[in-house]
Amino acid sequence: MISKSKEELRLDHKVIGDMIENGSTVLDLGCGSGELLEYLASSKDVKGSGVEISEEAIYRCVEKGLSVSHGDIDSGLKEYPDHLFDYVIFNQTMQQVHRPKEAIREALRVGKKVIIGFPNFCYIKARLQLFFGGHVPVTPSLPYTWYDTPNLHFLSIKDFTNFCAQEKIKTEKKVFLAEKSIVKFMPNIFALNAVFQISR
Amino acid sequence: MPQRAKKEKEGLGIVQTQYYNAPKDEKFLMESGASFSELKIAYETYGKLNSRKNNAVLICHALSGDAHAAGYHAGEKKPGWWDDMIGPEKAFDTNKYFVVSSNIIGGCKGSSGPNSINPSTGKPYALSFPIVSVVDMVNAQKKLLDFLGVKKLLSVCGGSMGGMQALQWAVSYPEEVVSCIPIATTYKHSAQQIAFDEVGRQAIMADPAWNGGDYYEKQCPSAGLAVARMIGHITYMSNESMEKKFGRVLKKKELGYEFSTEFEVEGYLRYRGDNFVKRFDANSYLYITKAMDYFDLQKDQKLYHAFKDIKTRFLVIAFSSDWLYPPAQSKEIVRALKMNGIDVTYCEISSDYGHDAFLLEFQEETKLIKHFLDNTHKKLERKK
Repeated sequence: MISKSKEELRLDHKVIGDMIENGSTVLDLGCGSGELLEYLASSKDVKGSGVEISEEAIYRCVEKGLSVSHGDIDSGLKEYPDHLFDYVIFNQTMQQVHRPKEAIREALRVGKKVIIGFPNFCYIKARLQLFFGGHVPVTPSLPYTWYDTPNLHFLSIKDFTNFCAQEKIKTEKKVFLAEKSIVKFMPNIFALNAVFQISR
Repeated sequence: MPQRAKKEKEGLGIVQTQYYNAPKDEKFLMESGASFSELKIAYETYGKLNSRKNNAVLICHALSGDAHAAGYHAGEKKPGWWDDMIGPEKAFDTNKYFVVSSNIIGGCKGSSGPNSINPSTGKPYALSFPIVSVVDMVNAQKKLLDFLGVKKLLSVCGGSMGGMQALQWAVSYPEEVVSCIPIATTYKHSAQQIAFDEVGRQAIMADPAWNGGDYYEKQCPSAGLAVARMIGHITYMSNESMEKKFGRVLKKKELGYEFSTEFEVEGYLRYRGDNFVKRFDANSYLYITKAMDYFDLQKDQKLYHAFKDIKTRFLVIAFSSDWLYPPAQSKEIVRALKMNGIDVTYCEISSDYGHDAFLLEFQEETKLIKHFLDNTHKKLERKK
């Protein structure tokens, strides 16, 4: 969904791939043209399927041999039975659903584990732009202006951690990403993106 | 003209309808418990069955379709009804797949139906032909495929009533159907769908020429059948497509203040109706619409129970402006399949053509079907 350089795309795909066990079943919510699913199928032998709102993207997915369902994430999760998938993934899409709390709860119902990748709103440059620039931040992970952003919700790594605590959701793994590297130090300030693996 | 010549060259060329005749002493048992003998099925095949017999695709047609799905009949100027989709390098690539297009029973296009001769009386069956269901259509096709030596279908595909047959195939013969492509269809006829069919039937029955179905040696109920077809055509189009095609355009320069055909849309519907009666049997229209109305995979259970123990892969396609078989019905099928953990791909193609889109939006359908089939076939090849 987010326009990023190919290398960074690979980095977050690689991070997600590293979290996933070989041969597992995966549902990718907002799978776009299916790059992540294709990568997971080839590198991790996963049996993947996706949900995607764009008709054009559906054609790209089918071209890749992927099984995808045309629809929106908010209503698309009800259709699955409990724990059908080993993993449910929201990569850069959770901030675009209408009701993230419900969507995450539903994802935790249909998936044994949920992987969420999201842009960190409190990245240092965003803070500086907000504080000194006096405008809504535009960063590599949040590249849109206020009038054309698909993002409906903005959150920081700290916000998400608090949310998990409040919802009694277990954080199994978390990785923080800069443009081309992993961030270990003060991620809420220095990470552009975060990838969390959570479960009930 | 040159375009047609080019198309003919690229396509399947001249094809012929063939006929399967069941052994004379064999009775064909129907879902209702009734039976008839001398089952006959019209069909066409394109491409070749490979040595592993894993490349057969069955195409099922809609209400007014027939076995002639692709290529040209000798001397004809128009190709089969889905020629855009079937042929070398098309969605159903006849270089790769053995495509079987089977006519349905109950129709009037060469297979057993109300206009067939009843062997015990030597006269057309008319209404004494047993009521046909979609299950019966599929069971008849099964006999044809047995005869052709096809034990497993790589795919079964159809739009509208053809989609009902495709779904029924997956439910009736789950082990024999590797993949299923129901297009612009439903898992059961809704009250509205039954209602439209009933108006069509009543139009036919209200025509005095119908004569209780006994008209084969007399005059056909053309007026009634034409009205039925006109109603059908309204449901096949969308408000947008009608607006685009006709608007309020008049046939003459100004209003005549009389009950003649004044609007273009009236002329179109009459033309469609009048053309239809030349090629279709009124009793068949009654039988086929009845079969659609009886179609109900859900019955008294939850829909997902209908797809239990199915391993078939699905590609479900709907069209945004189709109000006869709206996307919501396809989505219910998809939901029920997902509840069973069945591998399903769903696409709602945006189109203004209404229900007719399944015959017209072949480029979009090709994008989906070509790759889906290719991928399914590759998976099957890898398995063995």
